Amino acid sequence: MRAYTAQRLALGIPTIIGAALLIFVIMRVVPGDVATLIAIGGSEGEEEISAAAIEQMRVRLGLDEPLYMQFATWMWDLAHWDLGRSLWTRQPVDELLIRRYPLTLQLSAMALLLSWVIAIPLGILTAVKQDTPLDYIPRLMSIVGLAIPNFWLGILVMTYLAAILGWVPPLTYSVPWKDPVENFSQLMLPAIVLGTALAALQTRMTRTTMLEVLREDYIRTANAKGLGSQAILWRHAFKNAAIPVITISGTQLSGLISGSLVTEVVFNLPGLGAATVDAVRLRDYPVIQTLVLFITVAHIIVNLGVDLLYGFLDPRIRFA
Amino acid sequence: MNIETNTPSASHILNPRGARWKYQRAWLRRFVVHKPLGAVGAGVVLLMFFLSIFGSFLTPYDPIDMDFMSKMQSPNLRHPLGTDVFGRDVLSIIIGGAKISIYVGFASVILGTGFGALWGLTSGYAGGKFDMYSQRLIDILQSIPTLALALVIVASLGSSLNNIVIAISIGLIATSARVVRASAISIRNQDYISAAISTGAGWRRIVFRHVLPNTIPPYLVVATAGLGIAILQEASLSFLGVGVPPPHPSWGRMLAGMGRDKLTIAPWLSLAPGISIVIVVLAFNLVGDAFRDLFDPRLRGSEKR
Repeated sequence: MRAYTAQRLALGIPTIIGAALLIFVIMRVVPGDVATLIAIGGSEGEEEISAAAIEQMRVRLGLDEPLYMQFATWMWDLAHWDLGRSLWTRQPVDELLIRRYPLTLQLSAMALLLSWVIAIPLGILTAVKQDTPLDYIPRLMSIVGLAIPNFWLGILVMTYLAAILGWVPPLTYSVPWKDPVENFSQLMLPAIVLGTALAALQTRMTRTTMLEVLREDYIRTANAKGLGSQAILWRHAFKNAAIPVITISGTQLSGLISGSLVTEVVFNLPGLGAATVDAVRLRDYPVIQTLVLFITVAHIIVNLGVDLLYGFLDPRIRFA
Repeated sequence: MNIETNTPSASHILNPRGARWKYQRAWLRRFVVHKPLGAVGAGVVLLMFFLSIFGSFLTPYDPIDMDFMSKMQSPNLRHPLGTDVFGRDVLSIIIGGAKISIYVGFASVILGTGFGALWGLTSGYAGGKFDMYSQRLIDILQSIPTLALALVIVASLGSSLNNIVIAISIGLIATSARVVRASAISIRNQDYISAAISTGAGWRRIVFRHVLPNTIPPYLVVATAGLGIAILQEASLSFLGVGVPPPHPSWGRMLAGMGRDKLTIAPWLSLAPGISIVIVVLAFNLVGDAFRDLFDPRLRGSEKR
């Protein structure tokens, strides 16, 4: 197990470097010169951009160096935790990251917890009540739920539900350690929007695996020896049905870190997703490549965590 | 529930073309009977195709025609889905948007999963070093979250209809490559491949005649799932302001712009494109689910036996 963890960690590093290279290549090799774009963006009016100004911008961005040098510089700086600065605000990227990552993580965690609270009982219920209205209605809801664009649900919730509850979108975000109540009320609605979307898939997964497990012999044995149905459901059936649900949750969690991107924009939350979108709008290249890289790193870490959890939960899966 | 069995009769052997047609018709009939939801989904998809091809003849108004005399009308007989702030007919924009959604969906799925499938097929069949390096590369591709990747690509290519397709399709490569590779590997080790090799079949015949056709079922499952994903991604990108640019009508952009601003006073501006997206994605998902039930025996437990 320990050797496996070490091996997976060791494989993670080349993957991160590869991902960095891929992001870097996408950002450089495509048509359209970054320096020209920024020079145009920097000068407000319609005036002619001189070749000298573009050249100057190129030197400032370090784009006059050969590509491999640029990549090496980026990697070297990353290794020394020098994440560069925004082209527009000159704000250090690591400051941005430290300020904005916690919100995205908190939102993701809240959404995931909420999705379990909804999906697990609902999944078990639909499996136990197979082919009754109690099965059909949640199933229908989950199929439709998978097809609703998340941001649209967010807009609808914000406009209608918020109007009923008297909730106003926050103008400024409160950090949890200063004003936990305010922070919670700000993140509740976006967490509901994200959480219900996750719950749609999880409910289906829970139902499918529960149906499989409930047909196993050991469930019949437990029944025959007179065990209560609650004990059978939770201790015998769900415990075994939980593994695929956890896998799905892991995939979803890593998807959430970027998936909350759109929801953050809808709810006006200054998270990592909103920062990425802003950077894309401004074509703030150092910020984009670093933020996307850090989202990718989170993705890799979560996937590794899920794989390790797998072996921990299911004694049959042991790594050689 | 096994709908692929069909016993050959004398007429089938005498008339192979007729037999194939008969077989396909039987398959179709069983699909409709056993998978009514999948059939409904397929029906909606066909309707969408029809709309995207002939939509411009059916729409009563030009989707970009502004009529300031009749702006912000709620749904009525002249404008079944109302009009927007410029007096454009919402139904006509929705039908125009259907064309764009279908185009973006199918183009990015064909491009992305097509490339992925070929890659997976080659990598799985060839094995060895090529396979190993391919796998690492796919790991890397998969490690970058798709929406973030699409944002980066659009940021550097600029947003145009075809760049959106490219951005979405790259996110679809990894999954299809993985799935097709896995099935190519399992097929490569089947007895009938050894049999084909022993009869002296060349690699071209083995790959295209024996391996490729058998990777199609899992590929179809991934591809139909990809259609729904692609359409939702296009909507998300459009919402973020980097999606399909005007003058192309886009459902996602409708939701983002006036659909959002005027939600309380003109809800039809948001409901029409929103519900359209839900219906189309739902239809693709239903078809995908039906395929999955048919092709993936592991998930058959979810069906009543």
